[in-house]
Amino acid sequence: MSALAQTSWRPDGASDPLATRHGLIGAPVSRIDGPLKVAGQARFAAEVSMPGLLHAGFVYSSVARGRIKAIDTAAAEALPGVALVMTHRNAPRMKPPALFGTTPEAAGASDLPIMQDAEIHWNGQTVAVVLAETREQAEEAAALVAVEYESLPAVTAFAAAKAHAHPPESVLGEPAVLEIGDAEAALAAAAVKVDLTFTTPRQNHNAIELHAATIAWEGDRLTIHDASQLVTMTAATIAQVFDLDPKQVRVLSPYVGGGFGGKCLWDHQILGAAAARLAGRPVRVVLSREGVFRLVGGRTQTEQRVALAATADGKLDALIHTGVAAMTAHNACPEQFTFPARHLYAARTFKLVQQVAEMDMLANTFMRAPGESIGTFALECAIDELAEKLGADPVAFRRGIEPEKDPTSSHEFSTRHLNEAYAAGAERFGWAKRSATPRARRDGEWLIGMGCATGTYPYYRMPGGAARITLTADGRARVAAAAHEMGMGTATVQSQVAAERLGLPLDRVSFALGDTELPPSPVAGGSNQTAAIGAAVIAAHTELVKALLKLAGNASPLAGLSTDEVEGRDAGLGKRGDAARFESYASILRRAGRDEVTVQAEAPMPLELQKWSMHSTAAQFCEVRVSESTGEVRVARFLGSFDCGRILNAKTARSQFRGGIVMGLGLALTEETLFDERSGRIVNATMAEYHVPVHLDVPEIEVIWTDIPDPRTPMGARGIGEIGITGVGAAVANAVYNATGKRIRDLPITLDKLL
Amino acid sequence: MQRFEYHRAADTAAAIALAARAPEPHYLGGGTNLVDLMRENIERPRTIIDVTALSSAIEARPDGGILIGAGAKNTAVAEHRAIRERFPMLARAILAGASAQIRNMATVGGNLLQRTRCYYFYDDAAHCNKRKPGTGCDAVEGFNRIHAILGASPSCVATHPSDMCVALAALDAIVHVEGPGGRRSLPFGAFHRLPGDRPDLETALGPAELITAVELPAGAAGLRSTYRKVRDRASYAFALVSVAAALRIEDGKLAEVRLALGGVAHKPWRAATAEAALRGKPAGADAFRAAAEAELAAARPLSGNAFKIELAKRTIAATLSELAGARP
Amino acid sequence: MRFSINGADHEIDFDIRTSLLDLLREHLQLTGTKKGCDQGACGACTVLVDGERINACLALAVQYQGRAITTIEGLGTPGHLHALQAAFVEHDGFQCGYCTPGQICSAVGMAAEARRGVPSVVTADLAATQIALDHDELRERMSGNLCRCGAHNGIIDAVRQVLAREAA
Repeated sequence: MSALAQTSWRPDGASDPLATRHGLIGAPVSRIDGPLKVAGQARFAAEVSMPGLLHAGFVYSSVARGRIKAIDTAAAEALPGVALVMTHRNAPRMKPPALFGTTPEAAGASDLPIMQDAEIHWNGQTVAVVLAETREQAEEAAALVAVEYESLPAVTAFAAAKAHAHPPESVLGEPAVLEIGDAEAALAAAAVKVDLTFTTPRQNHNAIELHAATIAWEGDRLTIHDASQLVTMTAATIAQVFDLDPKQVRVLSPYVGGGFGGKCLWDHQILGAAAARLAGRPVRVVLSREGVFRLVGGRTQTEQRVALAATADGKLDALIHTGVAAMTAHNACPEQFTFPARHLYAARTFKLVQQVAEMDMLANTFMRAPGESIGTFALECAIDELAEKLGADPVAFRRGIEPEKDPTSSHEFSTRHLNEAYAAGAERFGWAKRSATPRARRDGEWLIGMGCATGTYPYYRMPGGAARITLTADGRARVAAAAHEMGMGTATVQSQVAAERLGLPLDRVSFALGDTELPPSPVAGGSNQTAAIGAAVIAAHTELVKALLKLAGNASPLAGLSTDEVEGRDAGLGKRGDAARFESYASILRRAGRDEVTVQAEAPMPLELQKWSMHSTAAQFCEVRVSESTGEVRVARFLGSFDCGRILNAKTARSQFRGGIVMGLGLALTEETLFDERSGRIVNATMAEYHVPVHLDVPEIEVIWTDIPDPRTPMGARGIGEIGITGVGAAVANAVYNATGKRIRDLPITLDKLL
Repeated sequence: MQRFEYHRAADTAAAIALAARAPEPHYLGGGTNLVDLMRENIERPRTIIDVTALSSAIEARPDGGILIGAGAKNTAVAEHRAIRERFPMLARAILAGASAQIRNMATVGGNLLQRTRCYYFYDDAAHCNKRKPGTGCDAVEGFNRIHAILGASPSCVATHPSDMCVALAALDAIVHVEGPGGRRSLPFGAFHRLPGDRPDLETALGPAELITAVELPAGAAGLRSTYRKVRDRASYAFALVSVAAALRIEDGKLAEVRLALGGVAHKPWRAATAEAALRGKPAGADAFRAAAEAELAAARPLSGNAFKIELAKRTIAATLSELAGARP
Repeated sequence: MRFSINGADHEIDFDIRTSLLDLLREHLQLTGTKKGCDQGACGACTVLVDGERINACLALAVQYQGRAITTIEGLGTPGHLHALQAAFVEHDGFQCGYCTPGQICSAVGMAAEARRGVPSVVTADLAATQIALDHDELRERMSGNLCRCGAHNGIIDAVRQVLAREAA
């Protein structure tokens, strides 16, 4: 094995040395941007001031499909302060955005043309944008735009759409249908089995920050201060829409007020840019909360079947997970709910089938753990039901179906420690105190029950990321990547990692992000950002070491050493295992007569994913109290036990896990976007009637982790943004069953279902 | 939001005089509901008369009654010692409503005039007889899980969203109003209307009439009372069903019972049938359940809210049982 | 119209429809106060008026002339954080940071309510003169501030620590 492989992580080679290093890795460092955030000084997209700014008001279609027959903008245009009203009649000509996934840089949530014709494709589509001097004037004017529609027949009922359900071409690059053996035959022959139907509703991200953008043109150069989790792709796609060079579009997004998959490229940024160009003035777009529901898609609804057959000795003879997700003809988000079943459990036969049913509606999109969040709800409730039929403890039952390698791809796992996570979680939670018999515990009118479920989320590392490192003669490093901060603690964690890699104190390292003038970054999605940036920083660091050794020259104690023989330590470079051969960064640069040295490099392609099955797993434990009088469910305790590789910052990681779990409690108990199937219109487009959990809904949530490094990933870490939500729905539902004896297979578990 | 003229009223007479002559006037209290509705273009006043400078005094009377100025903030009422001690159900009902921030803004008068949270009332693209009389009701066959089971009409199945008003209904509060024609007092039960074929008319207030005070008569003072609210999350949500209950037990029998329901009708629902069924009866779970059955016999479910009938029965029984059981 | 914000007087004219929230954000560039729903349903816009927490989005600015308005900018600065701001950093009581100013202003207002003896809906004995702010009390009293990142545990820990220090 070459020395390089021993010291530098490669996707197909040896581990990143940081994976086993202590010091800053894993330290519970408080957020570097914390003081700015708590003092209200972090500037978000809607908070950039510009001279001559116009404010945008939006008018939304009230029909699901049809044509604009007439649109009267005269009253709106006559209002004082109104600069223009943009409709399909006067909007600049724009290309439809390239659909996400069709090219590496495509960010379009759908590939429908935006305000280019009179066609209406969903109830809530923008039909006019008003620009005015003040927000108040823009909104008053928007209300005065009168639209007449010619309605066309629309598919707005899931049942009708399901009649034409079909497998999509692929599900995020995976086959929509995957069969091993004859699962239906095995199911038919089995003595112990379950065959169950689960339904999950539409949900919306509802980040607290409203979608917003402050947009200015300077000639053919466009600047967008956006709330974005994909700045590089947004700039590329907006350039494509307006026929510009990507270099002519700059997207800045240093702070994002919550994303969860929702802060991507939607019509409002494109319409804002179009209107700004038409008006010749900068524009601020701040969608209303209703506007967010009308223009920004959420998680789609599904109907899923999980059927499991058990052998007498508690193994799985058949694992069937099939179902249908509502989608549109213009987007690419089939909600991969069968993904957990592809990797979680050993079974002799598999039948995994994803279908989509096309509806006339706003494009659905990725929302925290798309697929896995609701797929684990169905699968893990079914596992609980099967374990009960077998008379087995659900934790012990899962131990018995733990696979040795990936059950459908046959790849080795990079690492997998679900059993350890279950053991530690069960112990800490007091699982042994659970009664296997429902309704065994009560406190007055409150029935008490415990449930558990497995969570899982893949490791992803998207290609296309790069990073820049600037080392200065005063012994400081500035690391930069376009990247995104939506609350994950990106700058904090990346500074920790870079400081450890460079051998610098944390306060000597800064991390800049949220700007397309910095080296490109892939989407902050699929929980991939930490690994994506991490790999790019490793590549840049290798370049930096090369450059420093060159600068150091023959007069240095490092003379003659190659990059793979040295490491960053004590604010300089040193030979591994040799304390004497060392020179500080300051000394190297001073002697070379340099104030600073800057390197940039791209991350290598994610070859690790082709060789290993790479997944995080979790054991989620829940205790609920259910009122026997009213059916109200209160989550009393929750514990998540995670196997996600190396944890890089214990403080921010705990928060991210908890955050996923809290959103999972909403998924389990309260959240539902109400889609009126008569009109195709969302009727609860407010935070008052879309119920995210409030403080009183959230118990103390305990989080533990294995902290076992994944030898195949940068820093030994796997992303943790999404796994928290997975398994939570099932853990809650299984606890509700343990409390009440009622199996609820239709989310959310509102009290009416328990009366 | 449509443009309007803003006036801050110095006294009640000036407010009423202005409301009587100004174009499309609307009184403004804390704004917690009205400002939202104006922003949604559902309320479109041309004249706003800010009445928050008018009486906010809370006067605890020696006879046990309390007079609350219409401008009193929800928080001020809920924290007032006399109200907490004499009418705990009222304090608890207020505290069950909205959030602390909103309770710090919202006035008592404004609370009585809250408008429904029906999804279709709030959506300008939907049909709603309350918002635009004669256009129909999208809730009757739409999402109506949160809608009325009692006293509804084919025109409107909306519910009244207030918690405070449910307690006021149970307490036989008196609403003092003043208008161009002078002063009058309305029993609480006569203040809000059932929808009938005019769901746009929600109260008995005449043109330019202003709520000046709400009076809590001494009658219910000191009764053991509480308020239980059942909703879709633990806090900060409107009621699916709520129960305001008060009782006095003498010699094991219910000497006095007061019961009102929220979340079930176009107005706070005084459960007179259940009260009558219980008066003089021995306190007990069976009696409570039977009374709840009697009250809900008139309930008519919609496609999505049949559960509310059983929920209301159970919540009534649980709340009364808790009150009765808590008696030493 | 004259406004007193964070101890400074502002003389300013604006469209009468302007909310206190938009006055702060769009006219005075005090953007620490956040807009999350503009409907009184999320609490991100919480500010203090004469020490009481309110939702600035539901407040017509014109109604608040001459009142003492305190925003997050008036509580502390990154260099000189208010005790609650510092506790939020220490306990990681936020992720994206967007609901955070509202949570912190709300907690300041809540502490004042608690000192006054204001009960909450989870207070067992409404007649009590002293109410201990246990976990349920804190969670109920903060429920008017939504957090979508799920920082609830850290928020309550931060508030609890500062209140306990105050009491000590």
